[in-house]
Amino acid sequence: MGSLAQAPAPFALLAEVTHRCPLHCVYCSNPLELKHEAEELTTDDWLRVLEEAHALGVVQLHLSGGEPLVRQDLEVLVRRAEELGFYTNLITSGVGLSPEKARALAAAGLDSVQVSLQAATSSLSDWIGGRKSYAEKRAAAEATMVANLSLSMNVVLHRLNLDQLEAVIDTCASWGAERLELANTQYYGWALLNRDRLLPSKSQLAKAEAIYERKKADLKGRMELIWVRPDYHERFPKPCMGGWGQVTVTVAPDGSTLPCPVAGSITTLRFETVRQHELGWIWRESAAFNRFRGFDWMPEPCRTCDRRFEDFGGCRCQAFALTGDAARTDPVCQWAPDHALVAAAVARANGSSLKGTESTISSKDLRDLTFRRMQA
Amino acid sequence: MTGTPTTAPKPRLAAKARLRYDEVRQIDLLLLPERVVKLNRSGAAILRLCDGTRTVREIADALGAQYGQANVESDVVEFLMRISGEGWVH
Repeated sequence: MGSLAQAPAPFALLAEVTHRCPLHCVYCSNPLELKHEAEELTTDDWLRVLEEAHALGVVQLHLSGGEPLVRQDLEVLVRRAEELGFYTNLITSGVGLSPEKARALAAAGLDSVQVSLQAATSSLSDWIGGRKSYAEKRAAAEATMVANLSLSMNVVLHRLNLDQLEAVIDTCASWGAERLELANTQYYGWALLNRDRLLPSKSQLAKAEAIYERKKADLKGRMELIWVRPDYHERFPKPCMGGWGQVTVTVAPDGSTLPCPVAGSITTLRFETVRQHELGWIWRESAAFNRFRGFDWMPEPCRTCDRRFEDFGGCRCQAFALTGDAARTDPVCQWAPDHALVAAAVARANGSSLKGTESTISSKDLRDLTFRRMQA
Repeated sequence: MTGTPTTAPKPRLAAKARLRYDEVRQIDLLLLPERVVKLNRSGAAILRLCDGTRTVREIADALGAQYGQANVESDVVEFLMRISGEGWVH
């Protein structure tokens, strides 16, 4: 397969500088086996990765994790990114983003900050994140504004917070966000573990989507709303990452280099590390990055489906997580041989008696949830 | 800022936006949080002049002189309306 012809330069680098995080969100898409501090790339490793990314054509850097602010070298990385001309975005829980830190990062060349929020009310937000953090998030949003950085917010949506959607949107607008990602949970990592507790019913989702549409129109010109599709409830899969190894490259805390942040979960592929190889080589030449580029790898029904040019067969990580074979059609697709796996989960969600609103959440309802934890 | 987008008297690139020439792809880019917009040559030339000191007419005149073309103002206005509608120019 002509890999060079099928490997356009990536626009963005998602640098997961750490898996350490003060929060323990039940929907986290990080792997279940989180990397420890001792396994993390050093500052010098990351500086080299930034240079290699620049040479490869990356123009946008997302510093993520885990919580990137637990790294002590963030300003050094941001300064180098600025020298290389990157647009640099910090993706944070907000914990640790003091006014001084925000100012220092802005001075180093940071362009924008994305703060996560777990729900509209502090009690539920703190509960879902497994730690008291709402007040720090609010302060982080303010620190971002004071430092003249562009503020985005991200709220992962699921059964436990969808009924607060209107208040979630109003909260983010009042904190000064220019854009708000309403990210319906994608079921990987910890979220997949907790799927039956997080997946909303069709009717709960429909109500929320109507609120999204109305608020999007109301807030036009003030705050941009982005709706990340709840793929389990759709007929066709998402065009995951714009195709395998097409737009974004992810480097995990230990240097593993991935076509998407979740791809490390595909244990049947060998992902190369920036400790041993140059980033550009991994992107262009490595077997894992070329495995699902183009259309030749596709099974039926994708292989002859017109939609393959739009959705690229859906998500490889989802195919692997649900079927054990990353090359199968994304089971979200209504035409996928494995669609029953998704349909069964949705049917359970539609018939579930689990409560969706904060006032009725009891410890009994929630005792089966698994909070994100790093193993000792 | 609701309704029909209009151009400011002296347009200025939004604070969150960065103009960059991409040497790998050899094109001009407008960089935004979570978004990269590929610009054509004239779009990039217009945005480079949106520094808050020039009127739309001055921008059009400068471009016309640069490219040796007259009557580019309506093209400039149309482009800026579209871009300010996205919130990338104020």
